[in-house]
Amino acid sequence: MEWLFELFHQVNYELPKFVQFLIVGLTLGSIYGLIAIGYTMVYGIIGMINFAHGDIYMIGAFQAMIVLLICGTLGISWVPLQLLLMLVVAVALTAAYGWSVERIAYRPLRGTQRLAPLISAIGMSIFLQNYVQLVQGPRPKPVEPVISGGVTVLTRADGFVAQLGYLQIVIVLLTVALMAGFTLLITRTSLGRAQRACEQDMKMASLLGVNVDRTISLTFVMGAGLAAVAGMMVTLYWGNNDFHMGFNAGIKAFTAAVLGGIGSLPGAMLGGVLIGLIEAFWSGYFTAEYKDVAAFSILVLVLIFRPTGLLGRPEVEKV
Amino acid sequence: MLKISGVHTFYGHIEALKGVDIEVNEGEIVTLIGANGAGKSTLLMTICGTPRARSGSIVFNGRDIAQMPTYEIMRLGIAQSPEGRRIFPRMSVMENLRMGAITSQPQFFDADLERVFAIFPRLKERAQQRGGTLSGGEQQMLAIARALMSRPRLLLLDEPSLGLAPLIVRQIFEIIREINREQGMTVFLVEQNANHALKLAHRGYVLVNGVVTLSGTGQELLSNAEVRAAYLEGGH
Repeated sequence: MEWLFELFHQVNYELPKFVQFLIVGLTLGSIYGLIAIGYTMVYGIIGMINFAHGDIYMIGAFQAMIVLLICGTLGISWVPLQLLLMLVVAVALTAAYGWSVERIAYRPLRGTQRLAPLISAIGMSIFLQNYVQLVQGPRPKPVEPVISGGVTVLTRADGFVAQLGYLQIVIVLLTVALMAGFTLLITRTSLGRAQRACEQDMKMASLLGVNVDRTISLTFVMGAGLAAVAGMMVTLYWGNNDFHMGFNAGIKAFTAAVLGGIGSLPGAMLGGVLIGLIEAFWSGYFTAEYKDVAAFSILVLVLIFRPTGLLGRPEVEKV
Repeated sequence: MLKISGVHTFYGHIEALKGVDIEVNEGEIVTLIGANGAGKSTLLMTICGTPRARSGSIVFNGRDIAQMPTYEIMRLGIAQSPEGRRIFPRMSVMENLRMGAITSQPQFFDADLERVFAIFPRLKERAQQRGGTLSGGEQQMLAIARALMSRPRLLLLDEPSLGLAPLIVRQIFEIIREINREQGMTVFLVEQNANHALKLAHRGYVLVNGVVTLSGTGQELLSNAEVRAAYLEGGH
């Protein structure tokens, strides 16, 4: 009985830390998941990795930040209104960026070699980063916290407190709501059906009267909109935006999409949450300096051992 | 209703259609017969604008559609059941049918669905099954049903008999006849199964290497010596 008591004591001691990492992991995972959807949808419909997607997320973060600053200037201090304005403006403007990127850099290359739009995407990524660096300056932009405080979940004898921040609650709930809405959009509406049809047989979709170019544009618009929400969340969460922030987050979200199975929508959500959790626990129990190594090792391992990801379907050769 | 004049279509440098002239009148069943590789499917696809005709005109109800985008052509009231059926494999039968109806008014959907289920009761039984898991015959039915869901004025059918058991072939041809007679739908039918197709059609054309070599009523072509030698007595 002694050892059982000992074990219980140990678990009780470790639990608050574990819960804290779990909370952080889910928050990060929500943000990665939202970005990952953009990668996976674009891959699903036109079979290309949109390397500029991380930078679209960065644009979203800057838009959200700018809206917040404008709110401050105009004296809008009621937090729900601030959040709503950030959400609406950032999503709308970033979606316009997503639309333009597709229109300018990818559509003219459709039907050429597979590699061409990929290289064009890298070019777009570099362009967007430099553009923001030019107009916003290279230094990180600190943002005052908008939502602070939280509830105490667990307290340990030595004073360590596992806290669930109000902001974390907002982030996770908003993500769950968006993903639920998005799943409905894809599975139930005629727009979602047209998107899936284009994904499965683009020519047949056009033979049924689907405007394929418009459907692809809307896919980019949706992906960018979700990335903008992620950008807004990270602005509120870290409050430290710079022009280069989309690179790392983008590759991690891409890893999430690959882990979940690229092309699979639930896969992107699952992959995002898993990458967030892995990163949080790794940073907590091992070392925060090498958290990127953990995430990217996963990418390498998945690509070697399970290239279709957790929920992806094996690529079937079309006859 | 449909007037194709002097249409040339290329795949890269290969000329698949070398100046084709075909006319389909309202309410008719017109068939196009020819050997493998003669350009029959290419012609149906060219009508739909994919690939686009390099020269010539395709006039549908008084409008030249040769240079219009595919989705706009289809919205004028043309539907195709294409070569290889092209069912969406990871969508249910029901969703495939909904895709067929994507350009038609939503208030027609229930009635149209009932109508195609009456024609193809098998599809009703399979409504929730994934398209990719259907048998060949069921997929053919679904391809035709999906085309009907858009309420087309002109139905383009590409080899509906391909790879099907003789009994099902007869059934499908009977259905084409019914759709034409009862709903007055104009049908342009591409077939290798010349015997069946010519018996069904009001008029027919013979396509050889991208050129129309013969035309006439179904009966005329059936009794034509050349047609008999080339398409009817060769084991079809």
